[in-house]
Amino acid sequence: MDLSQYLDMFLAESKEHLDSLNNNLLLLEKEPGNIVILNEIFRSAHTLKGMAATMGFEQITELTHEMESTLMLFKEEKLSVNPEVMDVLLRCLDALEEMIKDPEAIDGQVNLSSPLITKLRALGETRSRQPASTGDVALPESYPAEFNEYELSVLQAAEKSNYRAFYLKVGIAPGTVMKSVRAFMVFRSLEEVGQIIKCHPPVQDLEEEKFEDSFEMVLLSQKPPEQIAGILEKISEVIVLSLQQIDISKISHYLRKADSELGTDYQAVPEKSDIVNMRSSRGVVHDAIAFRTVRVDIGRLDMLMNLVGELVINKTRLEQIGLSHRLSELLEAIEQMGRLTTDLQSLVMKVRMVPIRQVFNRFPRMVRDFARELHKDVEFIMEGQDTELDRTVIDEIGDPLVHLIRNALDHGVEPQEERAQAGKTKTALLRLAARQDGNSVVIEVEDDGRGIDLEKVRRKALAKGIITEKEEEYVNERALLKLIYEPGFSTADVVTDLSGRGVGMDVVKSKIESLNGNIEIETKKNQGTKVKISLPLTLAIIQALLVSVGGEQYAIPLSSIDETTFITPEQIKTVKGQEVMLLRGAVLPLLRLESLLDVKTAASENRDLFVVVVRKGECQTGLVVDALVGQQEIVIKSLGKLLSGTKGFAGATILGNGQVSLIIDISSLL
Amino acid sequence: MPEKIANTGDEVQLVVFTAGKEEFGLEVNQVQEIVRLLPIARVPRAAAFIEGVVNLRGNVVPVINLHYRLGLEERRNTDQTRIIVTEVEGIFVGLVVDAVIEVLYLSRSILEPPAVVGSVDSSKFLKGIGKLENRLLLLLDLAALLDLEQQRELT
Repeated sequence: MDLSQYLDMFLAESKEHLDSLNNNLLLLEKEPGNIVILNEIFRSAHTLKGMAATMGFEQITELTHEMESTLMLFKEEKLSVNPEVMDVLLRCLDALEEMIKDPEAIDGQVNLSSPLITKLRALGETRSRQPASTGDVALPESYPAEFNEYELSVLQAAEKSNYRAFYLKVGIAPGTVMKSVRAFMVFRSLEEVGQIIKCHPPVQDLEEEKFEDSFEMVLLSQKPPEQIAGILEKISEVIVLSLQQIDISKISHYLRKADSELGTDYQAVPEKSDIVNMRSSRGVVHDAIAFRTVRVDIGRLDMLMNLVGELVINKTRLEQIGLSHRLSELLEAIEQMGRLTTDLQSLVMKVRMVPIRQVFNRFPRMVRDFARELHKDVEFIMEGQDTELDRTVIDEIGDPLVHLIRNALDHGVEPQEERAQAGKTKTALLRLAARQDGNSVVIEVEDDGRGIDLEKVRRKALAKGIITEKEEEYVNERALLKLIYEPGFSTADVVTDLSGRGVGMDVVKSKIESLNGNIEIETKKNQGTKVKISLPLTLAIIQALLVSVGGEQYAIPLSSIDETTFITPEQIKTVKGQEVMLLRGAVLPLLRLESLLDVKTAASENRDLFVVVVRKGECQTGLVVDALVGQQEIVIKSLGKLLSGTKGFAGATILGNGQVSLIIDISSLL
Repeated sequence: MPEKIANTGDEVQLVVFTAGKEEFGLEVNQVQEIVRLLPIARVPRAAAFIEGVVNLRGNVVPVINLHYRLGLEERRNTDQTRIIVTEVEGIFVGLVVDAVIEVLYLSRSILEPPAVVGSVDSSKFLKGIGKLENRLLLLLDLAALLDLEQQRELT
């Protein structure tokens, strides 16, 4: 069967499961006893394993399987949730993520999983040295292997035909030469009385003497245990360390439990868990919502949007027909249709919106890891994860946020001793919040750390020659804060792994600005720093001013316009061959849009001209146009590959009358 | 150069149209659709043969002034003027032509390599020439028509 067509689906879904695993593991670390979270983790791990197995990605299957085994130990309360265990499990998730990036290449190549599997198994073994929990256990605790479904079915079939299953641990006297021969003899003798269905270490390792001085097996036999032990004792230098009958019905129960759905598990949980359930029910509800969603290619949504746009244009045409022929009935119907199309349009826009949760999801894990690395105690609070942003913005906002969070943890939050001296709580607070504010979304990263040391900024700026001593006195706090955005500027004394290299804030700022957003910093010494980012809801739609010049219409994004004004031709002066005007006493250089864009215009008449004052960097320029048509929201469309090299345009848009109008990109036009 | 013709088999299916006094053919699998002339928005600073962009059901599609590109006399828009929307190497582009005449099958055997024919001294844009009874069909080479290198020079 050709599975390649399912690969994309696999990739997308496994990514979701990994996210969910990440989050739930972190939750579990906070509430170790919460069975609902644990079940959720189990479900994700199990689904992931199943999907990977179907696709034939063995490494992923193997690793998730081992993770399940370790998780099972939590469930049986044989292993307690502690940071070390969590570290290993989270590393496993990292490895899985790595493998899922390119699952086909990874199989048969670098073995990412084996060191982790060893670690997982080691966890299982440390646990066995701890005082074992009482109660009859189906399998001896130190038995590290699990039964797969095939083995389980063999066991069940054996039970029906009156076979018994035994767990056997056989030791070989220390100092024995040719241990593999002893192992072989053990096998041969046992094959006479029954069937060995599982062996640890695997048979191959036994043959190559890759084992210490004992090995374990599961044997199916109809003979009584005494007889089996007797046979083995006859082989010299072989000692039977353990021989126990395995209760097959219990194994199956215990395996099925791992595979089971949430529902059946409630029975296995004591009543007190009801309270726990209530507390974490939010996560479960979220999961239920996820089941009601459909995955759609963003390209299709773009197409849908185009069609809706086209519908609106056609409606306008119908309206014109109705008006020119005075068909009131038609107009009534069109009015109805207009309402529907408006609804449709806003709905399609909404469909393109994605909750910012997608980006935020990875942060708890990241904060945890950084905090551990820096030996800082941090409480991480996220708010407004349901705030929605356009898909295009969501894809871009991740990196800047990572940077800000790192900064906050590394520079903002003080070491514990320093916090204590300052009379602060030991646990620092880091807040990441998103909310919608009119037509934009505001994201805040706030810490209660030491704040930005403006004195230090001032000294660094002086040292680097960014400000001179003369300027120093006049530089206010606001201006100093702006220096943080200078490339290569860092107040960190020590460059750490996380930050301090000075490549930070300028990159963040330019990224945010490329998304038509804004960034602001507020800081108070010893009280903390707040970075506030505001972003447009979508990149696909912008506010623009439509201008006309020589019969053509162009759109100028409002974000690059400072103001508009009008002048008479007499007010245009010429300075050194450059046309200028006076704007509130300041000289403003003028450029005629018609000559910038080679528009063929009729000889200019003596009439008022409009000037759009645009900003490129710090410089203002006046663009002279024939008329201002109006301000409106426009949908940005790409000009396509053939025209992508054309300077001066950010794309095109389709106006209400169906006409195409180019969107001027001020920075490349001038 | 018959190997430049993509259609396999003995025949190529062509969309036949006129531009200036000549008849041209485009392989049918490169043609997306044929639409009436739409309002064209000029794109300043683009290559000279790019006439502008049109709104094709909500998509912005560039159109080429074929007359200019092939060095024909200036086009006069009529009722018959059409835009042939083509796709080549993932690029959608429209060609403005004087009229679309028919779709026909042409046997490969009557295709000849391009040479200077009539008023069209633009054999570099041609894949071949098909000779019918008393007609000449010029097979357009779309990729050459849009040659990106050339476009950069012109820009």
